[in-house]
Amino acid sequence: MSSIGTGYDLSASTFSPDGRVFQVEYAMKAVENSSTAIGIRCKDGIVFGVEKLVLSKLYEEGSNKRIFNIDRHVGMAVAGLLADARSLAEVAREEASSFRSNYGHNIPLKHLSDRVAMYVHAYTLYSAVRPFGCSFILGSYEKDDGPQLYMVDPSGISYGYWGCAIGKAKQAAKTEIEKLQMKDMTCRELVKEVAKIIYIVHDEVKDKAFELELSWVGEVTNGRHEFVPKDVREDAEKYAKDSLEEEDDSDEDNM
Amino acid sequence: MEKHFTDSKVKGVSTGTTILAAIFDGGVVIGSDSRASIGGEYVSSKTINKVIQVHDQIFCCMAGSLADAQAVTKTAKFHLSFHSVQMEGPPLVVAAASVLRELCYKNKEELQAGFITAGWDRKKGPQVYVVSLGGMLISQPVTIGGSGSTYIYGYVDAKYKPNMTREECQQFATNALALAMGRDNVSGGVVHLVVITEKGAEHVVVPGDKLPRFNDE
Repeated sequence: MSSIGTGYDLSASTFSPDGRVFQVEYAMKAVENSSTAIGIRCKDGIVFGVEKLVLSKLYEEGSNKRIFNIDRHVGMAVAGLLADARSLAEVAREEASSFRSNYGHNIPLKHLSDRVAMYVHAYTLYSAVRPFGCSFILGSYEKDDGPQLYMVDPSGISYGYWGCAIGKAKQAAKTEIEKLQMKDMTCRELVKEVAKIIYIVHDEVKDKAFELELSWVGEVTNGRHEFVPKDVREDAEKYAKDSLEEEDDSDEDNM
Repeated sequence: MEKHFTDSKVKGVSTGTTILAAIFDGGVVIGSDSRASIGGEYVSSKTINKVIQVHDQIFCCMAGSLADAQAVTKTAKFHLSFHSVQMEGPPLVVAAASVLRELCYKNKEELQAGFITAGWDRKKGPQVYVVSLGGMLISQPVTIGGSGSTYIYGYVDAKYKPNMTREECQQFATNALALAMGRDNVSGGVVHLVVITEKGAEHVVVPGDKLPRFNDE
C-alpha cells in the first residue's frame, strides 16, 4: 500500500502528478501507527474507548490520557501524535468557549467539528508548517438534538458517524462495531461492548500492557462528558475478558 | 429612558419611546409606539417602526439613541444571517440576544441603545430577552422599556398573566402601549405589534383612531 512520492512529498504545498498531497497521507500514516480509539453513538449517548498502550511500568497510572473534555457536553478521543492532539484539544476548547460567550448557548457539535476541521485543514496548505498527525473523534449529548458523533482526520474533513474507529486496529474494530445494533442500545449496555471491542482488537503479541480508557456522555450522565465511574469500568472490563475467554473456548470446541 | 435625562445625554434623534414584549401560550407579542423626537420637543417622525426583524422569527425593539440602535441592529442582523448559514438552521433567540449584548457591552462607552428581543425557536419556544444600555442580558416572560414604560408598570404588573391566549395578549399589549402613549409626550402615533409563533411572524398595526380609549379621554 505504501507508495513513494519522490520529489512531490517534501512539502504540503505540493501536489503530485496524480493529484495527491503526500504530506497529508504521511500524516494519516502517523495515525495508523498509534493504538486504537473508538467512539460509538447509541440511542441515549456516546461512549468512547481507547486502548492506551503502556510503554513502561514506571508510568503513573492514568497519565497521558487520550480522552479530553472539550466542553461540559463534548468529549474528544484521539489517535496519532499525542502532542498534536493536545494542541487541537485546546483549539477545540477555545472554539466551544468563545461560541458560548458570543451566542449564549452550547456549541452544536457539527459546528464545532467543522470549525476544528477547518483549522486542521489550514495546516495542510503551507510548506512552512506540517499537517497535524492525529485524528480525533468528537462526541456530545444535548437534550433536544440527542447524541452526536463526528470524526476529523489530518486532511481536515469531518464526518458524522454512528460508530467509528481510528488507529492501528481500526479495520478490525470497524468490523466489530458493525455487528452491534447501536441504535437500540443504551449507554450502560454499550459501555460493555466498547470495552469488549478494545480487548478484541488489542494485539497481545506485539503490544503488551495496555490501559483501557472509557468515557461517556449522555442521559446517564445528564449531558456531562465524564470518565466512566470505576465500578462501571470494572464491570465492563470483566465482561470483556469473560467474552474473550468464551470465544477462545468455543474456538477449541469447533476443532 | 427618563425624559429629563434625554435632552442633554442623548445625541440627535432619540426614541423617547414605549416598547414591550410578552409571552403567551404558543408565542410572543412584541410591540412599540411610532414616535421619534428630537430633544423631546420636535416630533421628527410620527410613523417610525421600532420593531426590527433580525431573523425570520426573531424581532427586536429599539430604545435610546435611534442612530445607535439602528447601527447595532444592522450589525446584529448581519452576524445572525451568517451564523444561521453556518449552523444550517435558524439561530436561537438567546443567540440573537447574545449578539446584541456583546455589541452593547463591548461598545458601552460610545453607544446608548437598549433592546428588547423576542422570538420563537425550536429549542425553547417563545422567549423574551432584555439587553439593557450597558449590556446586561436577562430573560423575562414580560418586559417593558423606553421612557413611556414608567407610566405602565402598574398596569403590566396587574394585568399580565402567563399562558394567555394570543388574542388576550394582543389586547394586553395594545392597551399597555396606548396607556403609555397617552401619558408620555415622547411616545405616540400608532401601535406596531409583531406576533411570533411557531408558524411565523405577523405584523399588526393599530392606527391612532382604533386605539383603545380609557376613562379620561
